[in-house]
Amino acid sequence: MKKHIFSMVLVFGIYTAQAQETIYPAKSQEKPVYLTNAVIHVGNGQVIENGTLAFAKGKITAVGANISAGSDGTVIDLKGQHVYPGIIAPETSLGLVEFESVRATIDVREVGEINPSIRSIISYNTDSKVINTLRSNGVLLAGVTPEGGIISGSSSVVQLDAWNWEDAAYKTDNALHFYMPRLVAVNNGRGFSSGPANDPLKTGLEKVENVKAFFREAQAYLQEPKHAATNIKFESMRRLFNREQKLFIHCEVIKEMLIAIDFAKEFKLDVAIVGGADSWQITDLLKQNNIAVILNQPHSLPVMQDDDIDQPYKTAAQLQKAGVLYCLSNEGFWQQRNLGFEAGTASTYGLTKEEALSAVTLNAAKILGIDKITGTLETGKDANIAISAGDMLDMKSSIITRAYIQGREINLDNKQHQLFERYERKYGIAQ
Amino acid sequence: MKTAFEKHGAALLSRGVAYALRRHRSSLLLLSLLIAGSYAHAQETYPVNGIADPKDGCFAFTHATIVKDAQTTLSNATLVIRDGKVVDAGPAAAIPKDAVVVDCKGKYIYPSFVDIFTTYGQAETRRGSGSWNAPPQFLSNTKGAYGWNQAIKSEVNAAALFSTDESKAASLREAGFGTVLTQQADGVARGTAAVVTLAAAKENKVMIRERAAAGYSFDKGTSTQNYPNSAMGYIALLRQTYLDAQWYKSQPAREGVNLSLQAFNANQQLPQIFEVKDKWDALRADKIGDEFGVQYIIKAGGNEYQRIAEMAATKATFILPLSFPGAIDVEDPADARFVSLAEMKHWELAPSQPGAFEKANIPFCITAADLKDAKTFMGNLRKAIEYGLSEQKALEALTRTPATTLKIYDKVGSLEAGKLANFLITSGPLFQENTVLFQNWVQGNRYIVKQDGWNDIRGIYTITLTPGNSVTVEVKGSVTDPSLSVLAKDTVPGKIDINGKLVTLSLSMAKNSKKTVRLSGLIGVNSWSGTGVDTAGAVVRWEAAFSRAATAKADSAKKPAPPALGPIYFPFSGYGWDKLPQQQDILIKNATVWTNEKEGKLENTDVLIRAGKIAQIGKSIAAGNARVIDGTGKHLSAGIIDEHSHIAISNGVNESSQAVTAEVRIGDVLNPDDVNIYRQLSGGVTASHLLHGSANPIGGQSQLIKLRWGQSAEDLKVTNWDPFIKFALGENVKQSNWGDRNTVRFPQTRMGVEQVYVDAFTRARDYEKQGPGKRRDLELDALVEILNAKRFITCHSYVQSEINMLMHVADSFHFRVNTFTHILEGYKVADKMKAHGAGAGTFADWWAYKMEVQDAIPYNAAIMHKVGVVTAINSDDAEMARRLNQEAAKVVKYGGVSEEDALKMVTLNPAKLLHVDNRVGSIKAGKDADLVLWSDHPLSIYAKAEKTIVDGIVEFDRDNDLQLRKRIADERTRLTQKLLGEKKKGTPTQKAAFTREEMYHCEDLQGGHQEGLGL
Repeated sequence: MKKHIFSMVLVFGIYTAQAQETIYPAKSQEKPVYLTNAVIHVGNGQVIENGTLAFAKGKITAVGANISAGSDGTVIDLKGQHVYPGIIAPETSLGLVEFESVRATIDVREVGEINPSIRSIISYNTDSKVINTLRSNGVLLAGVTPEGGIISGSSSVVQLDAWNWEDAAYKTDNALHFYMPRLVAVNNGRGFSSGPANDPLKTGLEKVENVKAFFREAQAYLQEPKHAATNIKFESMRRLFNREQKLFIHCEVIKEMLIAIDFAKEFKLDVAIVGGADSWQITDLLKQNNIAVILNQPHSLPVMQDDDIDQPYKTAAQLQKAGVLYCLSNEGFWQQRNLGFEAGTASTYGLTKEEALSAVTLNAAKILGIDKITGTLETGKDANIAISAGDMLDMKSSIITRAYIQGREINLDNKQHQLFERYERKYGIAQ
Repeated sequence: MKTAFEKHGAALLSRGVAYALRRHRSSLLLLSLLIAGSYAHAQETYPVNGIADPKDGCFAFTHATIVKDAQTTLSNATLVIRDGKVVDAGPAAAIPKDAVVVDCKGKYIYPSFVDIFTTYGQAETRRGSGSWNAPPQFLSNTKGAYGWNQAIKSEVNAAALFSTDESKAASLREAGFGTVLTQQADGVARGTAAVVTLAAAKENKVMIRERAAAGYSFDKGTSTQNYPNSAMGYIALLRQTYLDAQWYKSQPAREGVNLSLQAFNANQQLPQIFEVKDKWDALRADKIGDEFGVQYIIKAGGNEYQRIAEMAATKATFILPLSFPGAIDVEDPADARFVSLAEMKHWELAPSQPGAFEKANIPFCITAADLKDAKTFMGNLRKAIEYGLSEQKALEALTRTPATTLKIYDKVGSLEAGKLANFLITSGPLFQENTVLFQNWVQGNRYIVKQDGWNDIRGIYTITLTPGNSVTVEVKGSVTDPSLSVLAKDTVPGKIDINGKLVTLSLSMAKNSKKTVRLSGLIGVNSWSGTGVDTAGAVVRWEAAFSRAATAKADSAKKPAPPALGPIYFPFSGYGWDKLPQQQDILIKNATVWTNEKEGKLENTDVLIRAGKIAQIGKSIAAGNARVIDGTGKHLSAGIIDEHSHIAISNGVNESSQAVTAEVRIGDVLNPDDVNIYRQLSGGVTASHLLHGSANPIGGQSQLIKLRWGQSAEDLKVTNWDPFIKFALGENVKQSNWGDRNTVRFPQTRMGVEQVYVDAFTRARDYEKQGPGKRRDLELDALVEILNAKRFITCHSYVQSEINMLMHVADSFHFRVNTFTHILEGYKVADKMKAHGAGAGTFADWWAYKMEVQDAIPYNAAIMHKVGVVTAINSDDAEMARRLNQEAAKVVKYGGVSEEDALKMVTLNPAKLLHVDNRVGSIKAGKDADLVLWSDHPLSIYAKAEKTIVDGIVEFDRDNDLQLRKRIADERTRLTQKLLGEKKKGTPTQKAAFTREEMYHCEDLQGGHQEGLGL
């Protein structure tokens, strides 16, 4: 343990006495980097003991046990540290919210039920104080997602080391987000809700029908190239129907997920479920229909009091076993720094450690549509790399010592660590 | 017989009145009719419009089986009544000359029922409808010289508000009731209730006792005042009201006249009825009663059978409703998923409640209250009998018990001379399936419930047609709706239609014959006669002679087998125990033991548990009779103690209506059924400090519990514990995030928060100095305890300025702030905290959820720890509490605290903060055996709690958990099939729906939230 702390202090030591405002985005990679003597977790299940990872101009150039470090670049002897692909937070309000209770800092929910032309990237605040606290836990990419209404708009994937949102954009408008009305009858107080007026299933299905009607109209509109009046909402659906964009449907229970499947079928869309609390009950259907799942954080309570007490912990393993494509998610924005530990718990409850890693790296990249350029430490992909002194998925040993985004070594300091140093100084307890 | 049949007596008149009532509720004409129609003597003060019509109303009911009371049944007896009262009942009762004789041969007479929980004749009350964005209301809106709180309505008298309501009366009479207690169901103290009969007469005549009982509840009803807005607030309000009423007896000049308190005192002479909604509320009510020397009569909610031993221990008489939950439609499995096993089991078991009370020897009455339709009463009562209630007890619970409970057994409840002539005439034993309730007499007035079938005409008759043949027919079927068959070569169905004494017959002589004989005639005593048309169309004369009774199929002979019911779990949850577990001696062998003592971490070590305590720690300890658990490769730690928890709390975690609510107590509202107790045991938690929320600067008193799954509320509590109270600072108490309407309650700034404390403790200090005869104030009592180091503070806090402030306030009043909880800027003032002697309970890494946590850092715990502040990591969250060991591990990650010290932050340090470190928090001989056996290093994310032991009882065992899952699945399958069967039978079902579980964080004002579905 002492060793971990030592290396952390070393890394942070470089930046002592800097304020958050001076944590600069890194410059482009100039020289090749060779990470040697490392335990390399490729992200696809493969582990290379005592391996070397080389990257240049932002791309991974070689990875393996028998790579010789060239003399053209920087060689870093990791002395047995663990090298991972950067963690990807697939669905988050990062950069759209700074303080959950302060309205002026919230840019995540727009007014209106159907807003397909809304784009999260527009509000993404690269100067949020939260971002740096994620990087220092190995989270390097994030799917920044709008909320609100039913069709809330498009998310974009950003990389977490940027001057502005244009720099941050990693894959813009990767998915359109559909928040399914909750299709569960709820007991109100002691009696049952009854009658069609407050039958949530009925009102929910009506809303779903409205969305379908909108999709059908949009499809029809897009068949005809000329329009006297341009409909921006319809226009913004073009990429979805061309399958350049995915449809992410936020839903939890069986009936909602059945409807998600129905959307995929009727409109021939690339659909992923976001949430999927009960996805373990219909793994076969999901697999059969090629529906991916961005799963709720394992650190949740079971849906029902009779559910297995560890159900949320083991849902990932059930999806894995059934062959459903899934990745792990976490709620909120500042919470994303714990995403690696969510994977750790999924591993305690049924995944192998490497499967758990894939659940926050490669699988997320696949679902977000960026797996060709990231998600694993394979040659040709972006050098998005997190290095940990110990097992990154276990908070007991996860100490991120270095991280790279597109080959750029990023600053791992953050506001919180700076405050730590400030008060270590006050009390004279610095080590 | 004749007379009863032909007489147009009170009943017909009453029916006319009922009809008139519906149309002209208040007409004068009607009033006079009512008076004239009642057999009890008319009131002399009332003038008569028309000719006076005085009547004695003397009747004799002969040859009846009279059930005088549940113990006494008289055969072939006579009941004599006069002027609305019973004169005599017995085999030898003399029939007065002026009596109208009613032949009741074959019939049964019972005392009519008494319901002591109704709102009959009271105006409907509506819940307080303060609009959601109305400003807060601090005082009562009731006009007049009444008390400060609108929910204390002790001055209300039901007698003064009562007016007869014939349609309601009729429906209750049809269910068998004759006398009821009526009360306005409104408020925490509801004032007095009156006993009235259900006769259709003037209010003056039906009122038997105008002040017969006083009522209470945990429901503020129509009150629009904010206080109280939690269950614990209701309890505090009622307790304070008892104290205030006591004090008011001394006529304190400063109070002036307080009619509410005056009435509250006057009402104490009466039977005290407490309405509750469930089993735990019943125990809460009883506890208040114990405190103030009151034995409440408890109107139950319906699930009390789930804790029958605790109900018996209250020594209360209960009033049991028969409103059993309806069957749930589980046809659609995707919807059925949202019905919990506990709900299904309650559906199955609820009708067994009265039987369970009888078996446990708990006195009880039965009420028709809570039924949507009084028509379902008798059916549900029969169901309760089918589920184990004896018929005799059922009758007692409807007659004598309620009457004696209200001390009106001298008037109603049995058929003895001098009592009101309130009785039922039935076709047979009252509770049998096919028995018909013909008449319900109230105060000597006849009310016909069912006219048809008074005469049982069933039997074999020989019909002789003149001219023509004879034919044998059988009249069978039910007594009220008989059918007819012709007994010729074949048995050919015919028709019989009875209208009063007129009868119409239609006879076919052969199967498939379209020709019928049609007869019309009059029913006589033993023979019928009349005229008709034969198959050829010729006019005939006919007579029917009764030859013999039909061979009765003994329909009562075989009682249906009592239904097979599933077991009751403790607690009543899918994961509950079949039988509560017992303490046992346990030897854990060869584990890595994290002692939290100077010995540190011991490898390959044994720990012996005896009688709930840690007996010995060492190598190769002999097991003796102890159960041996192999700890090889596993880690043993002290149980996790969550210093900041809100699990297992009922109906509100915040009494948020006032800035200072030191009088409310979390300990009053524990919910032992909360599945989160079990879930947290699975994460190694053995004790939780349950806190009031953070809505006000001085919140409520907290409660330390041990996670003893299945025990009742009182047994969850840690006894002999230094009591604590929750304080709060910052945004929540100044209502920063409550929206624009909440800008009225003091304080709205951190400056004001300080003054709330200065004011509260100044008042407490002055209060303490007051001499004898002072008004005991529960709020100030708690504050005085703080001043005297008899109660300790755990204070929700965030920013450094306010932390500093509270320590200054405490210093100036010479007490110490024991614990700052959340304390996310504790790292900024750790030196001051250490100097003051305050400890800290904090989150590992929460931040950014509101403005005041912008400087929160995950290194907080490490800094405070290093500066020397006793630091704990806590949850404030039912999910996170399941993995507090992982949260502790983050303190290693952020700030480099040693592993052993990190583990102490969720075990020994919270024990220190709660002053129980002499009993729990480390593995040391003599301490409580609260232990966790981990599969792995206890700070690792890969560690699972395999066994969690509390007081030497294995409360959670991962192997046993697997069996429970199977039991849940099996029991759900069984009940699902049973419910599907109900639906198939045509029983009306209700939609399967999701029921929220109560779950709180400290900021929750109205109910908690459900993780996962966000419902």
